[in-house]
This record gives sequence, structure tokens and C-alpha cells, in this order.
Amino acid sequence: MKDKVRPTPRPGMVLAVDRSTPPILFHHGEGFRTERLPAGRSRIIYPAEPLKGLEDPEGAIHHALLNPINQDPLPAQLRPGMKLTIAFDDISLPLPQMRRPDIRQLVIEQVLEMAAAAGVEDVHLIAALALHRRMTEAELRHAVGDRVYDAFAPSGCLYNHDAEDPDNMVILGTTPHDEKVQFNRRAAESDLVVYVNINLVSMDGGHKSTATGLSGYQGLRHHHNVSTMQQSKSFMDQQRSELHASNWRMGKVLHDAGVKIFQIETTVNNNTFGVDGPLAMLQKREWEWSARDRAAFMGMQAGLKLSTTQMNRKIFQSWRAPYELTSVQAGEIEAVHKITTENVYAQHLVRVEGQTDILTMGLPYICPYNVNSVMNPILVMCLGLGYFFNLYRGRPLVREGGAVIMSHPTRWEFHPVHHPSYIDFFEEVLADTTDPAEIEARYERRFAEDEWYIHLYRKSYAYHGVHPFYMWYWGAHALAHLGTVIIVGGDAKAVQRMGFRPASTLQDALEIASDTVGSAPTITHIHNPPILMADVN
Amino acid sequence: MPTPQPTAVSIRELPLKFDKTLQVISEALAGRRLAITGTTGFLGTALVERLLRCVPDVQLVLLVRPGRRGADERIHREIIRNDVFDRLRHELGQTAFDQLCEQQITGINGDVGVDGLGLDNAGRDLISSCDIVIHSAAAVAFDNPLDTAVEVNLLGPVRLVQLLNEMGASPHFIAVSTCYVAGSRRGNAAEEPLLDGPMYVPLSWREEVEASRRRRITTETQSRDPACLEEFRNRARHELGAAGTPALAAKTEQLRSRWVHDQMVEAGRSRASSLGFPDAYAFTKALAETAVAETKGDLQVTTVRPSIIESTYSEPVPGWIRGFRMAEPIIIGYGRGLLTDFPGIPQGVLDVIPVDLVAAALCAVAARGPDPSRPVIQVASGAVNPFRFNQLVDLTHRWFSENPIYDDRDQPIPPPNWTYPGRGRVIRQLKRLRRGLDASERLLGRLPIRGRQAEISANLDERREQVERALGYVELYGAYTECEALFGVERLLELWDSLDDNDKESYCFDPRIIDWNHYVADIHLPTVVAQGRVKTEPTGRAGSSRQQRQRAQVLSPKRHLAAFDLENTIIATNVVVAYGWLATHRLPINERTRLITKVLLEAPSLLALDRRDRSDFLRHFYRRYEGAPVKQMAEDSRTMFSDLILTQAFPAAIRRVREHRAAGHTTVLITGALDFIVDPLRPLFDHIVCAELAQDHGTYTGHLASVPPTSESRAEVLRDFANAEGLSLSESVAYADSASDLPLLEAVGYPVTVNPEPRLAILARKRGWLIEHFDKAQGSPRKLLPISARQPT
Repeated sequence: MKDKVRPTPRPGMVLAVDRSTPPILFHHGEGFRTERLPAGRSRIIYPAEPLKGLEDPEGAIHHALLNPINQDPLPAQLRPGMKLTIAFDDISLPLPQMRRPDIRQLVIEQVLEMAAAAGVEDVHLIAALALHRRMTEAELRHAVGDRVYDAFAPSGCLYNHDAEDPDNMVILGTTPHDEKVQFNRRAAESDLVVYVNINLVSMDGGHKSTATGLSGYQGLRHHHNVSTMQQSKSFMDQQRSELHASNWRMGKVLHDAGVKIFQIETTVNNNTFGVDGPLAMLQKREWEWSARDRAAFMGMQAGLKLSTTQMNRKIFQSWRAPYELTSVQAGEIEAVHKITTENVYAQHLVRVEGQTDILTMGLPYICPYNVNSVMNPILVMCLGLGYFFNLYRGRPLVREGGAVIMSHPTRWEFHPVHHPSYIDFFEEVLADTTDPAEIEARYERRFAEDEWYIHLYRKSYAYHGVHPFYMWYWGAHALAHLGTVIIVGGDAKAVQRMGFRPASTLQDALEIASDTVGSAPTITHIHNPPILMADVN
Repeated sequence: MPTPQPTAVSIRELPLKFDKTLQVISEALAGRRLAITGTTGFLGTALVERLLRCVPDVQLVLLVRPGRRGADERIHREIIRNDVFDRLRHELGQTAFDQLCEQQITGINGDVGVDGLGLDNAGRDLISSCDIVIHSAAAVAFDNPLDTAVEVNLLGPVRLVQLLNEMGASPHFIAVSTCYVAGSRRGNAAEEPLLDGPMYVPLSWREEVEASRRRRITTETQSRDPACLEEFRNRARHELGAAGTPALAAKTEQLRSRWVHDQMVEAGRSRASSLGFPDAYAFTKALAETAVAETKGDLQVTTVRPSIIESTYSEPVPGWIRGFRMAEPIIIGYGRGLLTDFPGIPQGVLDVIPVDLVAAALCAVAARGPDPSRPVIQVASGAVNPFRFNQLVDLTHRWFSENPIYDDRDQPIPPPNWTYPGRGRVIRQLKRLRRGLDASERLLGRLPIRGRQAEISANLDERREQVERALGYVELYGAYTECEALFGVERLLELWDSLDDNDKESYCFDPRIIDWNHYVADIHLPTVVAQGRVKTEPTGRAGSSRQQRQRAQVLSPKRHLAAFDLENTIIATNVVVAYGWLATHRLPINERTRLITKVLLEAPSLLALDRRDRSDFLRHFYRRYEGAPVKQMAEDSRTMFSDLILTQAFPAAIRRVREHRAAGHTTVLITGALDFIVDPLRPLFDHIVCAELAQDHGTYTGHLASVPPTSESRAEVLRDFANAEGLSLSESVAYADSASDLPLLEAVGYPVTVNPEPRLAILARKRGWLIEHFDKAQGSPRKLLPISARQPT
């Protein structure tokens, strides 16, 4: 079922809070808070309404495959006897998972049809998950569809990338910056790699799809580190992101090593919670809530309160977003990615005048690393100070030395199967220090090369031992930039373990922040999700 | 008076002084040879110190039970090294002190508790060559078994006297007795031989000896009665659970011998009280006086009867004490709030005498020589300088109010207010409390609880032990606080008056000089508290410091090996749950429910079997795998690893295994679980010992290919492994959760209990083992039933 989308979606906006502004919705894990912001010195950034989806997604995909940018049409690149590898984005995209059929399924089915027509027999499909956890059978079926799964998985031709399989990883070269380029051997030895991407935010895609997604610790450590992250201002802005610069250098090495990549990038709109349906009010502006929205919201709040955390988690994790395809382009990576980024910006960018003293954010139940899982405290940090903080172009939304106030329950909870190294990182490393550089210097190697974590990454469904470090580095730019970080409504001990300050209400948090930013600070609330990116003057 | 010149003249030639005008004590004893028994005891050590320090060239022959080390070594370790000699050591310097000991102390192997004293000819000659024999050896514990008390206290002096008579020796024999030979009586108890006085109990001491020996034999026989042995075995099983045959056997035997001991203690107590004595000690001492009087022949005997001997008043230093004596446990129990009340007569006299006064009196008696007109001398305070029971309680209350003991949570413990009820009432109250605690403990023991809840059991047990101890104190010592006898000291004071000023200075035994307030508050209580090793100041980090220390020890690089149990130690699951998961994994939904229901219905009988014998249980339960395809089990187990095992794992336990490996220890998993189930855990351990099923044509037969390592066989497995690898078990660590793992835990030097079940929690607390509480990760997916996740269709 397709959701109805406004014919002329309104762009994002900045609302100056006055006395008539209603309480504002803050996401708060598997729940919500409504908060009044101080009138006269607060503003709220709202995302744009969902752009119109493509009328005929299958047709658009077909068109893109036949009319690629700076490359021959896909059928022309396929021939019998060739080795073809189709790599695709993993469970971390899009967020939340989208309704069936998933875009990857639509794209892969067409690629496979063309391959079959061309008589290609040696086809492998690889979930390009780098050091993320393996996808389960159910998750793979959701991403590629049952037909593809049943055709390829039983024969072992559809599988998860394994960055710790010594036989199936190769070093393809070194960049001028002395960065080793590690790559999946099957992909490296293929005549053609078709990469199927979903570009949810501007960080995704481009050379990062392959240079990161099909790499391993030997390659990733050159850009997944504190120094790179602190020099990426922001990592959502490719022009000023050292993370991307490094990936682009690696992309060149891949190209020079003869890896031929046919990049298919897609973008989706902002239709995260649906235009109608039970969560529709979450992507509406509060003063436009109808009586029905209000009643539904109050009912939902009451229901969530009565239910258990586990149950609420289950309910929210089962939400499938009615995302629609807004663009699809294929061909040579850099050219394709330019268009993709423009399309992402078209949906996400909101112009904002000047910085603020305090940035507030309500963190939702999901981030890229807890799909069907638990959002542990480290992921809370990563979502707030990594992703939300970096959703800016130009200058950070909050001034240097300012405060970030995040709202999230931040429970001392971890998924024992998905995040085993996170537990030890939290209990052992963060108990010692929260300084990213010190953590990197003293602990990273040990966790990264730990046999037990590697075993769990390869044989179970665990994120790699080094992954919690990357989560912490993701917030390194924010940690260096900010004066203080406060979490509202979180488990005090868990919050303190991370070096942040706990507050039970937003009012308390503002009071605490006044130590850092003075008594009448300016406040900006980033009303995310649906996703927005601030274009700060 | 001519000064004796010991270097020039043989000791034998020196005249003994019988005249009433006393020589200076040191001079009278100088160069004499004294045999002393009981010198490893409190009074004996004090006496040796005084003689060595004050009497020039005195020769001391010490009769000491050889033990494992021999008399000389024991004398060195247990007497000479004692801090009572610090003063002399300091005054002389270490070298001169060692020389002095070397020259003046001779040790002989002997035991007053056996016939012939266990002496060789040289020993017999040496003892009979002495001028003076002071017999101070005694079984002083108030709760000795009847026959021990009889052999040592009654027959000890008789044997000595017999030996001296046989050898034709006639030294001055000084027997240390006790004032309480007077029995639990009111009024005056004079310094006269029992035979002559009103305190004489007309008994044949020989019959009492025979009776006590017979009693030992019948009790030992009775304890081996099948019904009794059955009872002991049941109690052992209740205490340990399915700990395996050797552990249960050892426990059963321990319970049997403890029962015999208790019976003999009770026999002593009841025999003593039936004759009007407070306990077996006083009773046997009284018989001993009679027996010595009967058997002494021509031997000159003086009996010295001290009352309750406590820490030194001034010599060699104030407050010296050896071992925990009568009043100390009560005082510490009071300070810790354990004894909330105690029987006694508030105005009653508590007859206490500092040990240095007794030692000085003994020196004076020895120096004076035998005096047929004064065959008995009492060293007591009650008649001339009474110390009232309520005075002690008030002083102690005040002192503990100012210097409280701290509990585990760093809270000062307020001292209780005693109301001096009757002994019967206190005993009844305590017994009622004990019954209640017993019942609660039994109930808790039946509940399937573990970890922090099981700690309640340990707390209850601790409380029960406290009550038990309090009850013991009240039963044992209550008689003393209720004693209303007044022990006369006329002879003692006459002896005192005959001393010159110098002797009064250096051999003070006048009980009138004791300032009780000063003695209790400034001398005795500080000593007792220091000896009791109780917490006298808050430690700052409540409770945790000990645990942290133990953790550091366990993870020290010096350790060799770390052995782990699996179920409830590393993962919160068991073989039944794993079976449920594997059996349902490939079943349609309706059959899953049926199978699980069937297993659940069987749960109680399975649990009971498991409690009886773990091996039997596993053998029985694993029959269910009959016909299971080997390949499929391996494949499904890999899925189960993520779906069940890891979700039920304790992350802290896994971290601990890895910490051990990082510290360079060898890690071993010892479990009764099946090999294919634990296979995915292999990278965590260096070595895995588990159960294996026999195979036949690609399926499992349901029979075990090898005995699953359970209870005692776990300890064996570990021992074999350690031997093969050249590792030391005393430098090893073992982690387990249940009492059936006791042999494993006991096999290593560093046992750690994880989420212990009640029985193990109690044992761990008693033995001071490290107790860890490992939890599942908060956020773990919860499974109500052990059914595998539905397969995607």
C-alpha cells in the first residue's frame, strides 16, 4: 500500500518559538516527550515534507541501468563466462527498514535478469557490511526478496561479507597517504562489481560504498579514527570530510587495481512515519496536529507507558517505513554520486541563520547499528553526537563551547549477541577514560584483534570487536567542539559513565547548561527524524 | 645470707629454703632446676618469662608435647618467639637473649595426657633431677570432651606424681589447680585441701576415669550404628547436595566424629553439673586434687588455685594475653552486638586475676618451698577486692560506646544493654530463635534460588551460627557469672606479707592493688579488641575492598589455571533447555508445544534426579538424543549458539575468562553439557572437557561415550589436566555455582563461586571464598520457553 504524499511538499523551516508555540515533540527512545521551549530565544528546525516519489520505480531503475553515466549500459558490460558480483548495502540502511519490496530487491532483480539474459552464470551476491554484524536470513530475505534469496542462498552464492576471512580478503594497494586498501577477494577478482546502494543521508554512497563496505579492519583503520573524524566538519558534508577524502583516495586505488564497479545509487524521500496511519503525527508540525492526531498520540503514550520496554522495542522495531524512491542513477561512481548527493540535499537541507548556544535533540529508538536490536548507551552517544550533531553544512549548529541536550532513556542495556564488545567497552574502557584519542591509543588494537570477538563476528551475529571504538570516534568532533553534553531522562549511571551529565527534565538540563552557556542562552531544537540537514550560515 | 654461687657449686648441693622468713625470691630460686609443664599455655608462658627475666641462672626443663616439630622447635616457635619476651629481648639484645634461652631452657618431649608421660629415659632422669616441678598443663577449654579433660586434668598430675615416686625423686611439686574446684557454691571457699573441707565430693576418681573411657567407647560404637550413619549421610547430602561419593563420605565421617565429640562434651558437662561443678574442667581439677593427695606418697605438694586468669596487669607489660580466653569471646560478642543479653547476677562477684599476679605467686611459692601448714594457696581477687559483674558490664558498655566496633557497612555497632535475666530464660530465648532460623533455612534450601537471593540463606546461616555461639557462651560461662562463692586468700596474703619490699616490687601478687576501672578500660579491653581482629575503624570502601583484593589475587599473573563450570556460571541455561531448543528447532508449531509441555511436566522428577546424582541424571536425560542426526545437531547447535546460548550468557563471566587468558592463565571449561552444544565456545577456552555421545551410522545412540565430568570426577579431570600440563592446582582458580561442584572448588587454591545456590552460598561465606554475581546483559531477548525462534518461511 502506498501512502498518499502531498502533491507539493513544503520545504523545511525554522520556527521561532513564541508564547503561542505548543509543546514540542521530542523523540525519546521507544517513547516521546513533549517539551515547552523558552519563548523568545528558542527556534525549531523542521525537516522538509516528503518529496514526491517516482511514479514508476521499476521503469526508472530500468532506465538508469540502460543509460548509465560515463559507462556503457549494463547489458553491454555483461557476457557469458564472466564473474559478476553484486554487492549491496546492509541492514543499517534505510532507517527504519522500508516496506517491501525493498529498493535493493527491485534493483537486484533487474540486474539479475539482465545478467541471465546475457548468459552470466557466475554471480555472487554479497551484503557489504564491512565490520557490521552479519544479516540474518530473515533480514536478507527482506532486503533482496524471497525469489533472489531462494535462488542464490542455498548454493552459497548469497552471503554476508566476512572481513576476517584471511583467505577472502586482499590488499589491493596503498594510497599516496600510505593507506592500505583492503578488499573482498571475490569482488576484487570479479570482472564486474555492481554495487546497489540506498542513500539515506549524504554520508552514504560514492566510493564509501565499496571502499568501506567491502573492506576490513586493515583498510578501515585509516579513516575510521579520531584524527580523521575530528577533521571531518562534517562527515555529512563530502566537501569538508576527511572521511570521504580518504575513501575517494582508496576508490582510486581500487580503480587502478582494475576493479570495475558499476555503481547504482538510489535516494528515498522523508516519508519515515507515513502521511496517514498510526505514526503520521510524528512527521507533522505540532500546531498542525488534528484532534485525531492528538488523540492518537495520547493513546500511544498511554499504551507505551503500560507496556514493557521489551514490548515497546518490539513494536517500534517492527515498523516498516513507507519510503519511496526519489531518484536512481547508475554508472561511474563519482559522477553518479554527485547527482545522488544533490537529490539527498533536496530532501534534507534546511537553511539556518547562525549558530546557537544550546542544541537540543530527541533521539529516536533506532540508529544504523541497532536494527532488530537494543540501542545501548554507546549507540545513544553515536546517534546524538555522531549523526545528529554532524547533520550540518557550513558550521555546526551549536557554537564552539556550547551545549548539546539529548533526550533518550539511555538504559544500561546491551544486546548480548549483537554487541558483545560494546559491553566490555562500556565496562572496561569507558570506566577508565572517555577521551577518544586515549581510547584509540590504548585499547583499539586489543579489541580489534581479539580472537573471541572475531569468532563472534564471523560465526554469530556480533558487530566486530573494534566497532564500539568507531562509534565513539564518530562523536569525537562533537566532543572536541562542545562545552557540555546533557542527557535528559537517561539512566544516571550510564550517562555518567560516558562523561555526560544526567538531567531528569529539560528544565533541569537547561539549568545545568547555564553553567556553560550563561543564563539566557539561545536554543535550537533539531526536529529529527524525519531527517533534516542544517545548512548553517 | 650466703649468696649461692651456681657457677661454682652443683645445683644439687644448694640448700632449699624452708624457713619462714623468706629470702629474696630471685636468690632463692637462682641456679635451681625447675621442671614446668604447660608452658605453651597462657600461664606457663608468663611463668617462663618471669623466671628467665628475674631469676639468675635458673634452669628450666620444659615438658612439651612434641607435635610434628618436636619439643625444642615448639619451644622456640610457640614460647620464645612470643611477644611476652619482647621486653627481655629488648633489654638484653637479641644475641644475648638467644644465648640465655639456649643455656637455661631444656626441652623434653612428653605428654601428660598419656600413661608414662611419653618420656624416654633421659627425660625421666631429667625431670626427676629437678628441685621443683610446677605442673601447669591442663585442658582449659570449658567445652572439652569428658575423656580429654579426665586424661589431661585428672590423670596428668597423677602420672607426674607417680613418675617422681617411681624415680625416688622428691622435688617440691606445685600443682596449678583452680578456685572453682569449690563447685557452684555460695559463701566462703577457704584455702584448704578438698579432703579436709566441706567442698569434698566423695567420689572414686578411678571409677570416674574408667567411666569416661567406657563412655568414649560406647559413644564411638553408637556413632557407627547403621541408623546413626544413615542420619549422618542424610545430613551430609542435605548440606552438600550431589557433591559425589568422596565428598559426601568425607562429610559424613566429619559429621560422625563431630557428633562423638559433642556427645563427649555433653557427657562432661552433665556429669560435672550433676555433681555441682560449673563444667568438666572444674570437675576434673577437683578430682585431680583428691587423686594427687591420694597418690603423692612422700612427695611435698603445694596446690595453687587461681581464679579466672586474664591479661597481665603490669608485668612484663600491661595487657599481654595469649590466645582467646574465657571472657574474650563474650566481650567481643558484646561489642559486636551479638550477645544481646547475658545471664548473671549484677551484684555477683566475677573473680578475675591478672596472669602476672599468678605467675608471681607461683614464683613465691616455689621460692618459699613446701609448707605443710599451707598446702593450698588461692590466687583470687573476690574476697579482698571484689569486681562486680555489673561493674564489668558498665565499663564495657562505656568503652564500646566510645570505641565501637564497625560492621561490614562501616556502621558503628551500638553495644547492647544487658538486663541480667536468668540463665534458663536466655537459653530458652536463644533456642527459640535457633529453631526459627533453622526452619527458614530449610525452607529456603528447598527453593530454586541462586545468586543474590541465595545470599539470604548465607545471611540466615551466619545469624544461626551467631545464635549458636551465643548459646554456647551462655551455657558454658553462664555458671561463672552466676557463681557466688568467695575464694579466701588469707594464706596468699600471709605469703605476701612475708616478702620484703624488693620482692613486693618485682613479684607483685597482691590482688588488692588492682584498680578494676583502670584494668578493664585501659588494659584489658584494648588488648581483647586488638586480639579479636575486629574492625575498629571504618575502612572507607564498605565491603568491597576484600572482594577487590580477592579478584586481584584470582587474576594475578602468578596463577596457572582457571577452570570454569558452564551452566549458571557462564550461561544461565542448562542441558534441559538446550535439549528443548534443539528438539523443537525443526518441528512444526503445534508439535513444539506438545514436546515442550511434555518436558515441563517431567521437570520436577528431573530436578529431583539431578539433585540426587548428576551423572545419573545426565545419563538418563541424554537418552533422548537417541537417533538424532550428528550433522544436523552440529548445524542446529551453531544456530542455537546465537539464538539461545549467547542471549543467556553472563557477559561478565565471558569477560572474566578472557581476563584469565590475558593474564597468561590456561583456561579450561569442564561441563556435563554435550560436545556439539559447547563447540561454538571453543575459541573462548584453551581446553574443553565435556560429555560426548556415542554415534552409530551418522546418528547418536543416546548413550554416553564417556562418563560426563560431574561432581568429584570434575576435580579428577582438573587434576589430571593440571598434572599433564605441569600446572599447580594450588595456584589455580575454579568457578562454579553449585554445591555439587564442591570437589572442583576444593581442589584449587582459589575457588570462586558464581551466583551460588543457597548451600554453596553458605559454604562460600563460611570459607571466605570470593562470591561473584554475574548477570545476563540487560536487554537480552527474553525467552519464556526453550523453543527456538520460528524459522522464516
